[in-house]
Amino acid sequence: MAGMSESTSTQMGMHTESLTGRDIKTKFTLENEGGFAYHFARDVDFNRRAEIDCAELEPTEINRRIRELMDSGHGSIVIRNPGAKHSLIVGILNRMNIVVEGSLGYFGCGLLDGPTVRVSGRVGWSFGENMMAGVCVVEENAGSTFGAALRGGDLVCRGSVGSRTGIDQKGGSIIVGGDTGAFSGFMMQRGRIVVCGNAGKNLGDSMYDGTIYVGGDIRDLGVDAIQAELTDLDRGWLTRKLNMYELLPAQGVDHFTKIVAGKQLWSYDNLEPTEKKLVL
Amino acid sequence: MPGSGYKGARIDDVDHFLKGGGIDTEREQDIGQHIGYRYDVNLLPDYDRLTPFLKDYLEFMGWDDLNWLEDVHMGYDDGQAAVFDRNINGWVAIPEEMELPDNQQDRDMIAREMLVKFQMSPDHPLVDLYKAYRKF
Repeated sequence: MAGMSESTSTQMGMHTESLTGRDIKTKFTLENEGGFAYHFARDVDFNRRAEIDCAELEPTEINRRIRELMDSGHGSIVIRNPGAKHSLIVGILNRMNIVVEGSLGYFGCGLLDGPTVRVSGRVGWSFGENMMAGVCVVEENAGSTFGAALRGGDLVCRGSVGSRTGIDQKGGSIIVGGDTGAFSGFMMQRGRIVVCGNAGKNLGDSMYDGTIYVGGDIRDLGVDAIQAELTDLDRGWLTRKLNMYELLPAQGVDHFTKIVAGKQLWSYDNLEPTEKKLVL
Repeated sequence: MPGSGYKGARIDDVDHFLKGGGIDTEREQDIGQHIGYRYDVNLLPDYDRLTPFLKDYLEFMGWDDLNWLEDVHMGYDDGQAAVFDRNINGWVAIPEEMELPDNQQDRDMIAREMLVKFQMSPDHPLVDLYKAYRKF
């Protein structure tokens, strides 16, 4: 509110307290110590398995049944006949194993925090959007904006993905076994994108931070995306990660190109501390 | 800070922000306050340094690696070691009496362990938020 007097801002109904960045600050003490799951998480057993036949069900009903099974302690759920329906398996804040036998439509597996999901078919736009933690593996291809605004966890597509993969990514790892489309990593702020195949045009355009690894050809780089040296830590991490998902190329990872932000567009230092926290 | 790639002055001393409060950049000097985004967000974890607690946590969750914790690092806020908790959008300070290792990788492992303990605590603010705003 530079240049605006307190009286003006008050008349406009705006608050005037200074942004100190110190409003939310907690001290860790041993009394805080909890277990391995959120206090409100359901206690599930991976050995308790159930199935949902989605052929005649609407997405809302399918998601409700998943929660009911979770409430009753089921830790492994098989989704049959998903029929590429939209918005399935969303908002689960629990450890859980989910197997999807078929394909999902738009916005599948969004807002997850903890589960491991395997999809045997394809997925539509924005798969894994805003995922906080967990693992999602897609056996075939994925649509555009795969892993949009991803916060954490591993999002894997064994096939190829569309454009804007990892747009606005804020953490986590996106791993693509095939190719990725244009503008992948657009405005990414942190996290990692690994593409075993080729990358389309404007890779990493306007990225603030984070790392992109590409095993194949890169059509061209976006604004402020630059090539960096692959370190031993990179090689070790790539080998480990790709091995986990059985995507490690026969020739290893030495041929991967590493892309990072040139940081010429950085304006973090002009932000107030409170604003800066929003990008963490 | 070893491995750090942030824009601005390069820091080679892992204790730099603990010793001086980290008021380094022109902007920080203007506002008289350290901006707590001073660690290498791209630093990959060294899995040889996993703590026993973290190994148990990964086994409990059924994951083969650190998963979301790969993006957790020990930062420094206001001259104090702290870990950023995305669930409360704020820093959780490490107790001052805790002796910190002399390298960022081991510090990151401690930050990961403490953040898990904090987030899974019944006292975590998310518990009340969940009660107030849960939709299902």
